[in-house]
Amino acid sequence: MSISREDIEKVAVLARIKVDDEQVSALEKDLGNILDLVDQLSAADTDSVEPMAHPLDAVQRLRPDVVTEINQREAFQAIAPATEDGLYLVPKVIE
Amino acid sequence: MQWDIVIGLEIHVQLATKTKIFSGSSTAFGAEPNTQANAVDLAMPGTLPVPNEQAFRYAVMFGLATNAEIGRRSMFERKNYFYPDLPKGYQTTQLAQPIVGPGHVDIDLADGTNKRVRIHHAHLEEDAGKSLHEDYHGMSGIDLNRAGTPLIEVVTEPDMNTAEEAVAFAKKLHSLVTSLGICDGDMSQGSMRFDVNISLKPKGSETLGTRTETKNLNSFRFMEQAIAHEVERQMDILEDGGTIIQETRLYNGDRDESRSMRSKEEANDYRYFPCPDLLPVEIDDAFIEDARARLPELPDARKARFKEQYGLNDYDAGVLSGDAKLSAFFEETMAHGKDAKLAANWIQGEFSARLNAEEKSVAESPISGAQLGALVTRIADNTVSSAGAKKVFEALWSGENDNVDAIIDAKGLKQVSDTGALESMVDEVLAGMPDQVAQYQGEEDPKKRKKMLGGFMGPLMKASKGQGNPKLFNEILVRKLGD
Repeated sequence: MSISREDIEKVAVLARIKVDDEQVSALEKDLGNILDLVDQLSAADTDSVEPMAHPLDAVQRLRPDVVTEINQREAFQAIAPATEDGLYLVPKVIE
Repeated sequence: MQWDIVIGLEIHVQLATKTKIFSGSSTAFGAEPNTQANAVDLAMPGTLPVPNEQAFRYAVMFGLATNAEIGRRSMFERKNYFYPDLPKGYQTTQLAQPIVGPGHVDIDLADGTNKRVRIHHAHLEEDAGKSLHEDYHGMSGIDLNRAGTPLIEVVTEPDMNTAEEAVAFAKKLHSLVTSLGICDGDMSQGSMRFDVNISLKPKGSETLGTRTETKNLNSFRFMEQAIAHEVERQMDILEDGGTIIQETRLYNGDRDESRSMRSKEEANDYRYFPCPDLLPVEIDDAFIEDARARLPELPDARKARFKEQYGLNDYDAGVLSGDAKLSAFFEETMAHGKDAKLAANWIQGEFSARLNAEEKSVAESPISGAQLGALVTRIADNTVSSAGAKKVFEALWSGENDNVDAIIDAKGLKQVSDTGALESMVDEVLAGMPDQVAQYQGEEDPKKRKKMLGGFMGPLMKASKGQGNPKLFNEILVRKLGD
């Protein structure tokens, strides 16, 4: 199974990763190889197998509804690139 | 051309848990920005989500209240998209196996009929943070306090055909979740948000048309307006021979305008996949039975009881049972005042009007149900006239005095119901108005007679300094004037 340049470019946009033409050619080959490897799985007959939700054969433990976290804004904002009035600042996101 | 309108709703209901769905951060409203956003909510590397049991309990209660199948085994998926108020880069949600399966809700319509609206499913998911677009030096500000607040998203089948039906469903759902106590129902704070899917098809056609989704409506009024607006927009396009583009639209209620929200088609490619951080959640019989035992009286049952227990008519019972807090207020009023019809009228009239005028909720009312009940008792036993009762209500509302009887005494609002005293007042007034008495007695038409009777009431009320019981005055007048 191969992957097209268009697919790679689309996935790159969705993942917000900038790739130039040269990288796309390399990725075409690398991702194609990975997909070929994974493709071998399709040889297995899975018609009667339910899709797996999780590899562990266990169920989720739930947590009681009790506040356990304290305010640590200062510590978190110390490592943020930009903050003001307690807000995290990011590049403008509205058109 | 005639068109059928097809409407389906998606409703985000914020659950009234104390903590977030995947972390122990508080969900209290109104905290300083980012003081309730901790490592898990900020998507710090190495953190793992642990689901909140109460969110599952509330979702199961919702499922039981909407006659739905409960998903005994549910799981979480990741819905991938980039937006700065979603630090993980995906929303943890449920897709393949939601906690609540197909159910239904019955709605009452204005013409007295009712209609069943099917619910496709309801799933648990996390809310996003808030983006503030005021100018921070050309940047946007992000508050992640809301990030991770538990939501259930309720998805209906396209079973509604008018704005009235859609709004009736929305109100019923609001009534249901507030009665269950799983949501505070405060729409102005975003506790319930509606997305409306609308399509048109030629009248009688079996094939559904292309739909649009109008997102994030947070009041019943905007929802009604947005539906009318979108129906008209689609009708104009179709009648001009155009086609509807499947898209998400934003409605501006202040301007009655809408615009397309997403320009890039890639934006809708969410690439869902099972969340590897969370195991499947299994709900057993004991959990379901425990949730069932917590179900309070639901609006439909309460409406039936109000009709039965208090003898209310269908309309009054519907209004008073719809909102959990209003129902409780009515019942408190009834515990202190015996006349249900009077209590219902006062609550829907004077009381609701004052709350609306001052933009207060029932919980913020300065008057208690017990006080209104005491007032209703004094109206019913003829101690005060309805005009006098309004003055008592004012004094209670303004906090001038909190005791109904004390206000009646202090303001001299006690009606004179002593028949002897009233009779002598009537005699006196009639003696002073011989022409009107003669005119009345000469009139044959009972309607005109009734109207003329009113002409004596003014002078009588004046004679009694406004304290004569109008009902008794009326009876004495009719008797004295000869019928």
